Amino acid sequence: MPIARAYAVALLGVDGHVVEIEADLGKGLPKFHLLGLPDASLHESKDRVRAAVVNSGFTWPNEKIVLALSPAALRKTGSGFDLALACAVLGAGEVLPQAELDGTVLLGELALDGRLRAVRGVLPCLIAARDAGMRRAVVPEAMLAEAALVEGIEVHGAAHLADVLSFLQGACELRRPAPPADDVVPEPPDLADVVGQDDARHAIEIAAAGGHHVLLIGPPGTGKTMLAQRFVGLLPRLAPPEALALAAVRSVAGRLPAEGVLSTVAPFVAPHHSSSMAALLGGGSGIARPGAVSLAHRGVLFLDEAPEWGASLLDSLRTPLEEGEVRLARADGTVQYPARFQLVLAANPCPCAPAHDRDCVCPSLVRRRYLGRLSGPLLDRVDLRARMFPVTALVATGHSEDTATVRARVLAARGAAAERWGVLGYRTNAEVPGPVLRTRFGLPRDVVRPLDAGLRSGQLTARGADRALRVAWTLADLAGRDRPDADLVETALFFRDRRAA
Amino acid sequence: MAAKDVLGRRGEDLAARYLERQGLVILSRNWRCRHGEIDLVATDSTRLVVCEVKTRSSTRYGEPAEAVDARKVARIRLVTNAWLKAHGVRWVPVRFDVLAVIAESGAPVAVQHYEAAF
Repeated sequence: MPIARAYAVALLGVDGHVVEIEADLGKGLPKFHLLGLPDASLHESKDRVRAAVVNSGFTWPNEKIVLALSPAALRKTGSGFDLALACAVLGAGEVLPQAELDGTVLLGELALDGRLRAVRGVLPCLIAARDAGMRRAVVPEAMLAEAALVEGIEVHGAAHLADVLSFLQGACELRRPAPPADDVVPEPPDLADVVGQDDARHAIEIAAAGGHHVLLIGPPGTGKTMLAQRFVGLLPRLAPPEALALAAVRSVAGRLPAEGVLSTVAPFVAPHHSSSMAALLGGGSGIARPGAVSLAHRGVLFLDEAPEWGASLLDSLRTPLEEGEVRLARADGTVQYPARFQLVLAANPCPCAPAHDRDCVCPSLVRRRYLGRLSGPLLDRVDLRARMFPVTALVATGHSEDTATVRARVLAARGAAAERWGVLGYRTNAEVPGPVLRTRFGLPRDVVRPLDAGLRSGQLTARGADRALRVAWTLADLAGRDRPDADLVETALFFRDRRAA
Repeated sequence: MAAKDVLGRRGEDLAARYLERQGLVILSRNWRCRHGEIDLVATDSTRLVVCEVKTRSSTRYGEPAEAVDARKVARIRLVTNAWLKAHGVRWVPVRFDVLAVIAESGAPVAVQHYEAAF
């Protein structure tokens, strides 16, 4: 009794699981059974696969076919199994040799005429396949560039089911990926474009150097958005594992650019304030898809007009801010997506927001309420608050520093931090847990006295004190000192503590 | 007689001859009752073989055997019970077969035998 095995990958979030597809041809009336928790779209692939095989000029076995997807308890979803199902059936029909199916992952949706269609999430699928010891993969030609980003697995791209079959029969070769093109970095907008705003520039620089979160407050048109967009230019390039993790999230979200270049530029994600919880954190039915916080992994999440955001949306950011990941529970299981982003919030000081604050016509209660929409617990996690001032002259009087200059300082400070925390496995000041800051790297009493005072008077939470301490370390790194002194701790508190409005 | 019935008739003749060549004895052809009809009833002297014959002139609308669905299976079982009662057969092992006949014009007739199909 012929049994054939083919391999595909099931995705649960960004985690892939290799799925073994067994095909068994047996006696009985012609029928097609699909076992192993397939969802509706996978059930439909029965008819797709059959039409594709017949229209590619192959004979569909006129027997009872049982296809089992294993592990059977794992829910499988989507159309990416089509190619593997077709090959398993043809393997059982002894059209394909089993030796060629072993160690080969087959991904792709089939059109009725046998063309291979692109599927989402090829990148994380191939990472999982490689880690499971698969030696090669066949993917739709359109996904070849994305697939080539994964090293350590032989990747082939096919346009048609017939091509895949003759490739597996050893009759022809498939397209191989072109050598990866150099990552051409689009020049990010330059910091020198922003007129004035020394205070906010300084805050941005500290944030970039230490990985801190920032709140920018100022009247409209003073360059809050401009500054936030220029923030990414100050950040270092992503290391290959980080870039791959980000690419995996983008791949699952269907947002990976087709050129197939592993982007090492830190992402900048700016969702609109009408976004839903699902768009922000990730969501959707069945298995949750990644949201803005995950697409901003290792980059910047910019929330413009922060008080316009719903309070529950803003507060939902608290968990990912602390943990660097989101866990989303849906009907078909809980998925985890990385979400280690830097938060940049921008806000007007009040709803009427005139250029000069003295012209404000809002009643004081309205003013207080407006910024009060940013909840205490959220603001407690924002390390730096900067005011922005109305621009008084179109041509800047002083010289505005450009991105390259500031970036050099940021990278030097990050280098110093990485060297200090390297033994503990942290790279930025923002990642270092509080206990480490207080014990192993504890500062003398007289240096942390301002923090003690703040804690005693109730102006500072314990978390706030830790966060101020981290900013102080960043200030020391930027100043080229080996540890912060009392002045820097005061400065850190000053950046944190100023009442927003 | 409509063309499809002629085809079906030809298929059943072929099927009957096929079964006889296999050494079976045909007991009834096109036996009808109020529940419906069974195409062939035969025996290999140890058990009853109830056979559904499905004839098609091409596979454009699918394989003939695919047309035997759950409803048809249920009907065949029902009519078989009626046949057993009508012929006073008490207890006998029954095998249900499907014979798929493809009679394409200009090609030799193909017969596929699904033994104990359901």
